[in-house]
Amino acid sequence: MSAQQLTGGPDFRTNHLVRRKRVNMGMEALAWLAAAIAIAILGIVVWSVARKGWSELNLDLITKNPIPFSLTNAPQGLSNAFAGTLVIVGLATLMALPVGILIAVYLNEFAPPSIRTGIGLILDILAGVPAIVIGIFVFVLLVSGSGQSAVKGAFSLAILMLPFVARTTIEVLALVPNSLREASLGLGIPAWRTTLSIVLPRAIGGIVTGTVLAVARVAGETAPLLFTSSLVGTQTSWNPSHALQTVPVAIFELSESPDPKDHARAWAAGFILLVFILFASLSARWLATRHARKIAGR
Amino acid sequence: MSAADVTATPTRRPFTGRRVRFGDAALQLVAGGAALGATVLVGLIIWKVIDGSRPSISKYGLGFVTRVAWNPVVGHELYGAGSFIFGTLITSFFALLIATPLALGVALFLTELAPRWIQAPVTALVETLAAVPSVVIGLWGILVLGPALRTNIESWLHSAFGWIPLFGPPSAAGASIFTAIVVLSIMILPIVSSISRELFLGVPPELKEGALALGTTRWEMIRGVVFPYARGGIAAALILGLGRAMGEAIAVTQVIGGGVFIHWSLFSGGDTLGSKIAASYQGASTDLQSASLIYLGLILLVLSLIANIAAQGIVRQVAKKHGVTRGGHA
Amino acid sequence: MEGDEYVSTTIEPPMKEPSIKVETHRAPMPPKERLETIFHVENLDCIYGSKAAVKGVDMEIYKNLVTAIIGPSGCGKSTYLRCFNRMNDLIPSFRQTGTIQYHGTDISGSNIDPVAVRRNIGMVFQRPNPFPKSIYDNVAWGCRVLGMKDGMDERVERALTQAALWDEVKDRLKASGLSLSGGQQQRLCIARAIAVEPDVVLMDEPASALDPIATQAIEQLMHGLKSQYTFIIVTHNMQQAARVADMTAFFSISHGAEGQRWGELIEYDGTEKIFTAPSDKRTEDYVTGRFG
Repeated sequence: MSAQQLTGGPDFRTNHLVRRKRVNMGMEALAWLAAAIAIAILGIVVWSVARKGWSELNLDLITKNPIPFSLTNAPQGLSNAFAGTLVIVGLATLMALPVGILIAVYLNEFAPPSIRTGIGLILDILAGVPAIVIGIFVFVLLVSGSGQSAVKGAFSLAILMLPFVARTTIEVLALVPNSLREASLGLGIPAWRTTLSIVLPRAIGGIVTGTVLAVARVAGETAPLLFTSSLVGTQTSWNPSHALQTVPVAIFELSESPDPKDHARAWAAGFILLVFILFASLSARWLATRHARKIAGR
Repeated sequence: MSAADVTATPTRRPFTGRRVRFGDAALQLVAGGAALGATVLVGLIIWKVIDGSRPSISKYGLGFVTRVAWNPVVGHELYGAGSFIFGTLITSFFALLIATPLALGVALFLTELAPRWIQAPVTALVETLAAVPSVVIGLWGILVLGPALRTNIESWLHSAFGWIPLFGPPSAAGASIFTAIVVLSIMILPIVSSISRELFLGVPPELKEGALALGTTRWEMIRGVVFPYARGGIAAALILGLGRAMGEAIAVTQVIGGGVFIHWSLFSGGDTLGSKIAASYQGASTDLQSASLIYLGLILLVLSLIANIAAQGIVRQVAKKHGVTRGGHA
Repeated sequence: MEGDEYVSTTIEPPMKEPSIKVETHRAPMPPKERLETIFHVENLDCIYGSKAAVKGVDMEIYKNLVTAIIGPSGCGKSTYLRCFNRMNDLIPSFRQTGTIQYHGTDISGSNIDPVAVRRNIGMVFQRPNPFPKSIYDNVAWGCRVLGMKDGMDERVERALTQAALWDEVKDRLKASGLSLSGGQQQRLCIARAIAVEPDVVLMDEPASALDPIATQAIEQLMHGLKSQYTFIIVTHNMQQAARVADMTAFFSISHGAEGQRWGELIEYDGTEKIFTAPSDKRTEDYVTGRFG
């Protein structure tokens, strides 16, 4: 239906309209195309990883140790890597969580606005440092001269987790209504007690969510561990003072190997890692909505 | 978005003349100490990285930045960051170039064009990709993408356009700068797309209605209202993506093939700052090599900080602009 | 109840003391023979999902008049107004039955391009929504995009003058549109709408977010521009309708047997008649303030 018929106006309106509509259709087609390409690529990657990983999945992976330089077909796995990841990520969480919460408490409950922006800036800068540079840092600080260990690896992961935990805790603390604090203070409960016993527990849901998300992010980090916990043995060890193998580092090493059997284990381990990360992210999301609903319902 | 934007009014100011309890002071001290610790940490990172690279800095100075060399042979040692800086910039910029239209297309698609039922699965897909660790993407890159690119694209481009220096002989097993660029674009696509999507969703609907009511087409409305409104945020997102691409070491080192010299051909191997460092993780043979590797890390740190601060600066500017209250004067 | 009848400008003996004083500077309406129909609405229903918002509207809208749509909140006035420029298309669950004929062509059909419709039928919204561009660009952008590129400076000046804003902004055309006061922003939105030379201007409660002085400016604007454009204005302010409108349509909420609610056109006539001698009791109840 043309504009001309609608107004009986001059012709130029009609011509322009036709051309403009063609441009519009062209751009929309381009957007569809871009989206299709992007979706196809994303789909291929995810599907590829899932398919290859799933097909190579077996229980040996978790139960058996790797046999280095082996030309045998003896069953081997990556149990040392899974143990090491548990130890290192666990330690990293133990290091990062309290510090992150304390920073958030300080920013939210004590700091004047100028310091708040300043520390916020610091956290954002910290978040922007590439993981490999963090690896170098910890290497120079702790490893050079004294050797690698799981604790040092955990420390490097903790640095990566810290800004994340702090940021999400800040947001959650800010959501706790002031009336709660005022009520507590009005009852004569000291500020420190208010913060620890009233405010923090109220925010615990969000803090847990943030921590789980941070763990998900950091479980797959390879770069910092290359310098802090990569010269490892093949036996499964839980001793944090040794350098322990981790899943991401194991995948990294296996991916560079020419042996297809190594590739198979790498796919399987990658699949498990991805599933874990997705599971953690989804649980965090679910926890967050459940917590929000609980707060709202109260 | 950033930590600095979230504010809450504290209900009391510390030490304002009230009788100070020990518990309050203790908590404030400990918490403040943590905050101070974070600040110290940032300074420590910068200092230690400079410190570790000192032997190399004192030997090579700023010439290191431009020299194209990396010879660890004892007696003939010579190190330089030139080719790696080049590698970092080339791979990151090209990755951004490829990822940006795709990411914006996805974001536009999701916010303006897609029927309801498509939005959720596509968004989930983008987020799933963001969750894949870089080492797994690198694994996929070595075993799947690299060979596929080599067989299908690199050989074709070389045979059809081999006279252009960009398209030299195809790589041996798909490990090349080209593969690294593709891998990086895949990795930054989710970030840029998610941020852009949020930005597009944040455009006030009344602005869009106002434009459409004038008789503009959907694209004209997007171009005239949505893009300008989101422009600052998208710039920040792009810089964030760029920073991410520059800092990515693991996936890049898995697929880039290694190499010290700068070649014209995209299909040759090479290294970026990050990938060179990661490739050498098993140890350097000499102290000078160690220090030079750390020097590479220092350069990477500087580049990342610049990108990070630039992105933050843009975000603050945008927040100010959109905070313009209506009714300034009568 | 259609506006078919000749409407006199003398005030007939009222049924009771009118509570709306029809004080206006508007000129009397031309006689019926010279009224030109611009919209012919027939049996229009507006439906969201499965619920009807407006049902069974028949009316004629006349060229170069100001037609007001009044009624209590929730009776579908805005929804009805938005049918005229196909803005309801933006709402996914919306459906429409019946016809709206614009210069003889049914613009509600799916074969009609809404872009073409909106080109000729512009809209000013309830809350001012100027673009985050300069004042000049706010007015000029639409023209540029629609292909009216020549003499832009003159176009902008003309539109701003007609919107009674030129004098206040002529020295700061480069300033952001958002730096103006609410009333000025709304006049900017009016300028923006008339800059693209529409046929009809729809106004959805244009002054409801404004103070009385700004409101008065906009009402006077409508008086002045009536000769060039046709205005359809939705307002919840009866005095405003009485002041500016030539024809007034009264919508109200009807109830169904199972508790459904929908909006309906109750009465449509010359403004004077609606406010002084309405035919329908519901109209009378509303304009005398007994409800609504």
